[in-house]
Amino acid sequence: MAVSRKSVLKRILKQLKNYKLCLAATIFFALVTVAGTLSVPVLFGQVVDLIVKGKTDFNAICTKFIIIAAIIGVTCLAQWLMSEINNRITYNVIKDIREEAFRHIQRLPLAFIDAHPYGDIVGRAIADVDQFADGLLMGFTQLFTGILTILGTLVIMLVINWVIALVVVIITPLSLFVAKFIASRTYNMFKKTSEVRGEQTAFIDEMIGNLKIVQAFSHEDENLERFDEVNERLTKTSLRSIFFSSLVNPATRFINSIVYAAVALAGALMLVLQTPLPLAFSVGVLTSLLAYANQYTKPFNEISGVITELQNAIACAGRIYEVIDEPAEVPDSPSALTMDKADGSVDFRHVYFSYSADKKLIEDFNLNVKAGQRIAIVGPTGCGKTTLINLLMRFYDPVSGNISVDGNNITDVTRRSLRSNYGMVLQDTWLKNGTVRENILLGKPNATEEEMVEAARASHSHNFIMQLSEGYDTVIAEDGGNLSQGQKQLLCITRIMLSLPPMLILDEATSSIDTRTERRIQDAFAKLMSGRTSFIVAHRLSTIQEADLILVMKDGSVIEQGTHAELLEKGGFYYTLYNSQFAI
Amino acid sequence: MGKLLKYLKNYKAQSVLAPLFKLLEACFELFVPIIVAAIIDTGVKAGAGVSYIVYACLILLALGVIGLVAAVAAQYFAARAAVGFSKELRHDLFSKLQSLSYSQIDSLGTPRMITRMTSDVNQIQSGVNLVLRLFMRSPFIVFGAMIMAFIIDVYAGGIFAVSIAVLCVVVFTIMLVSIPLYKKSQSKLDAVTTATRENLTGARVLRAFCKEDDEIEEFNARNTELKRSQLFVGRISALMNPLTYAIINAAIIVLLYVGAIRVEDGILTQGRIIALYNYMSQILVELIKLANLIITVTKSFASAGRIAEILEMQPSLSKGEPGEREEGAYIRFENVCANYGNAPVNALDNISFTAERGQTIGIIGGTGAGKSTLVNLIPHFYDASSGQILIDGVNVNAIGDEELRERCGVVPQRAVLFGGTIRENMRWGKNDATDEEIRSAISAAQAEDVLASKDGGLDGLVEQGGKNFSGGQRQRLTIARALVKKPEILILDDSASALDYATDAKLRAALKSLGYDPTVFIVSQRASSIRHADKIIVLDGGKMAGVGTHEELLSSCGLYREIYYSQYAKDGA
Repeated sequence: MAVSRKSVLKRILKQLKNYKLCLAATIFFALVTVAGTLSVPVLFGQVVDLIVKGKTDFNAICTKFIIIAAIIGVTCLAQWLMSEINNRITYNVIKDIREEAFRHIQRLPLAFIDAHPYGDIVGRAIADVDQFADGLLMGFTQLFTGILTILGTLVIMLVINWVIALVVVIITPLSLFVAKFIASRTYNMFKKTSEVRGEQTAFIDEMIGNLKIVQAFSHEDENLERFDEVNERLTKTSLRSIFFSSLVNPATRFINSIVYAAVALAGALMLVLQTPLPLAFSVGVLTSLLAYANQYTKPFNEISGVITELQNAIACAGRIYEVIDEPAEVPDSPSALTMDKADGSVDFRHVYFSYSADKKLIEDFNLNVKAGQRIAIVGPTGCGKTTLINLLMRFYDPVSGNISVDGNNITDVTRRSLRSNYGMVLQDTWLKNGTVRENILLGKPNATEEEMVEAARASHSHNFIMQLSEGYDTVIAEDGGNLSQGQKQLLCITRIMLSLPPMLILDEATSSIDTRTERRIQDAFAKLMSGRTSFIVAHRLSTIQEADLILVMKDGSVIEQGTHAELLEKGGFYYTLYNSQFAI
Repeated sequence: MGKLLKYLKNYKAQSVLAPLFKLLEACFELFVPIIVAAIIDTGVKAGAGVSYIVYACLILLALGVIGLVAAVAAQYFAARAAVGFSKELRHDLFSKLQSLSYSQIDSLGTPRMITRMTSDVNQIQSGVNLVLRLFMRSPFIVFGAMIMAFIIDVYAGGIFAVSIAVLCVVVFTIMLVSIPLYKKSQSKLDAVTTATRENLTGARVLRAFCKEDDEIEEFNARNTELKRSQLFVGRISALMNPLTYAIINAAIIVLLYVGAIRVEDGILTQGRIIALYNYMSQILVELIKLANLIITVTKSFASAGRIAEILEMQPSLSKGEPGEREEGAYIRFENVCANYGNAPVNALDNISFTAERGQTIGIIGGTGAGKSTLVNLIPHFYDASSGQILIDGVNVNAIGDEELRERCGVVPQRAVLFGGTIRENMRWGKNDATDEEIRSAISAAQAEDVLASKDGGLDGLVEQGGKNFSGGQRQRLTIARALVKKPEILILDDSASALDYATDAKLRAALKSLGYDPTVFIVSQRASSIRHADKIIVLDGGKMAGVGTHEELLSSCGLYREIYYSQYAKDGA
């Protein structure tokens, strides 16, 4: 959903509304700063005029110096205050935006999160916001002062000597033109360079990331050859883009020196020719004008930089707003019930669901689960096992039909209370970046130390936790880098052993745990599951033999259901599946 | 950094010419104020006339042109040298990384290697470029201006020296103070990034535990902290402009005052005062450039150090002398121990067994039992810390890694495919494999349906990492990839875990009828995958807990029994 540049700009302005006072202040200080910086060369010029051999008026010079010092003081203060205020506005605005984005992420439907690469959303919330901040900051500091400086300089030069002002005005745009010319030429080169660089990075990512496989297949030479080919292209294109873009500086400097020479020429000639009054001229005035000529092209270059930066910032802001504008989950209805502790009967009635309209998945699914039953779901990959969990937890809503828990349609219950009735352990273990303790306490923050340790013992994780460097206070690296897959899974199990919710969802909950440990925690699982409605997805058929009901799923529908004994007797798909364990 | 200088070797001329031309440009820039002084003193005051002034201005213009030419040349040579430097560095680094041993790869870690290849090299490239361009120029202009001032007038020169010193102190203090603060605020930003990423990757779990509000609160706290630290560092670095501005202008006041006295005394002229005034303005710009340059250079040095560390890594795999061929079984492990680094406990402890040509060896045990370690020793991915592994009577470290790995087909635990077509992926093991060879490998790997499900058959596109295939599909294709090269030794490292039992069984049957008889090592946690192996090795915490056939182990090995019955209910089978 692309947001138009205009509407993005409008929203940025709206975002800035709370900072009206600050904005007014920053404009005021910018005015003061520019006025100060521009008046100082004039005053210095006047001082130079006062220095005449034999006739130097030291009193007058000192008075000027005091004035100059005062102006410098005020200018410095204004400059500092201006940056302080600009920082304040910028960092507050981006803080607001990030918070809004994060709040929104919490409300985004999982359908959106699943369908978008995490890196992309994170990139928008972090890098794009940063880019936006840079643009905003530059805009405030350099755009205002730049424009004011150009206008101020023009006015002063016109007042001092319109002929020289004219000379400057005519030549200066050249520098803008040159800068623009180079920028437009280099834009494509840079684009090309970043494309090739992206290609190289992807290649590095792929090959270095899987170096072990590369070596196992002795594929190093082929890789190096391919790498060199990309490297060669990268070298060529970066040489061009680096060289051409680095021409901006010398080119503008050159134009500046033309301006400088022209001002010197015009000024000196006027001095020699003793032009009459409106153009009357002194050495001091020439000094000021030369100082201006030196400075004059700088704001032009800055402004052209700021404009690209601002365009970039607007594009970035647009990308952030796209996330923020993404429709959130349908909120709980105001009349939604809060379900305290469910008994655990679950009913699926004529449920239809698919992730995309053109690919049917679950069709007319019906299931009646009595409180306390243990339901096992088996079937090949892609048969819809995980989808059932998504529906149970209301991560996704059915396209039609309804699901109820304890006789309440789950859309009439608050999500919060529905979800807190389930304990979920997924195959894809996820741990928070924090201590082991924080992770275990996720489901029950107020648990006591004893309760926590007891849960850890029950799930056989206490021992390995104690072997970690800081025990329960060991910090787990992002996504559990310092733990094995099995250990991570054990921690996830500990989590629900502690929170003891009325219903359980175990999706391949022990797939990474070795069978001996698995067998040991089976007892704890059995205890946990007794009296709790549980949904179990498992590859290992041994773990599900004791289920009250086994659903055999294929292509989104239940093709067989019954107990282990019944299904074996039936001699259908389950029978084949089960027996394949014992085949060669 | 010194170690990396050799990459400039092919660009000697450019590396010398770039700073030289820069110096030339700077020189001409320094002449400008002098000429302006001459215009005023000689042209205007002394009445040398219009022609003198025009002449002087033409010289100004000429200086500008020469400056431009010199600058363009400098930029070109600098860019050439920097880009060429990084090209050769990248090549060597990539090649070096590819030659690292598994244990070096483990200790470096992928993210680090990738950062070295990408952002570190880029950092050095811009460092080299900048150094060649500015490292001579900025100091030259700053000190050149000072020297010019001394030439014009000693007193004025003194004022220059003092103000340069004060400016240096201020500029560098602010930088030194703010750099660590920037780093700190960067780490605060990292915390915000982590929180954002975490809430996406963990959305299901966090929502299941109803943690949304807590997470928002935590995020806001981190975000506020970030803002605070950004404001703080912003406040300090905002001092730079006003302070330097004040110092320069104060220096000009002093300069003009002293200058006025000297003019009064007849030592200086008005034109020269103006020249001094101009020199002073030049200093500030260059000094700030210099300070920025120093930051970039420091960063580049850090990057260079990190890269040099990798380039200096010695090959860590042992190289044995091919000695007398020892007669005996085809593959022999003799009292093999393995240790990753210096861990107190060996990953493998005193393992001995033999395998005959064409046999299937099953390896089973819990997580961390050393199963993968054992099979990784066969293609000499790691060194045994003691004992030896012999293939055909030759120690694996004496065979030559390339040759050895040609003979082994490895299917790693993590099923990864590479971007390209299915055919390209299948040819990894054998560059010139025919479609027929590929198809028969695919069919043995039970992946015919995978091939059929993709448009284009063998030309079907594989996304990077094989993301467009499911876990099970990827596993079967990686098995096919290893089969294409018809290896003499085939190693399946828990590589059928995502397959359902029926497919797993078919796969094992197919491996038995390949038409040639590779020696197969199957690592698995599933008893069903290995129970029909000719020999089963049971590992427990790196030690051999049992070896034999299924029946033998059932009666002799308690651990095997436990594993087996935990997967097959005792009365079930």
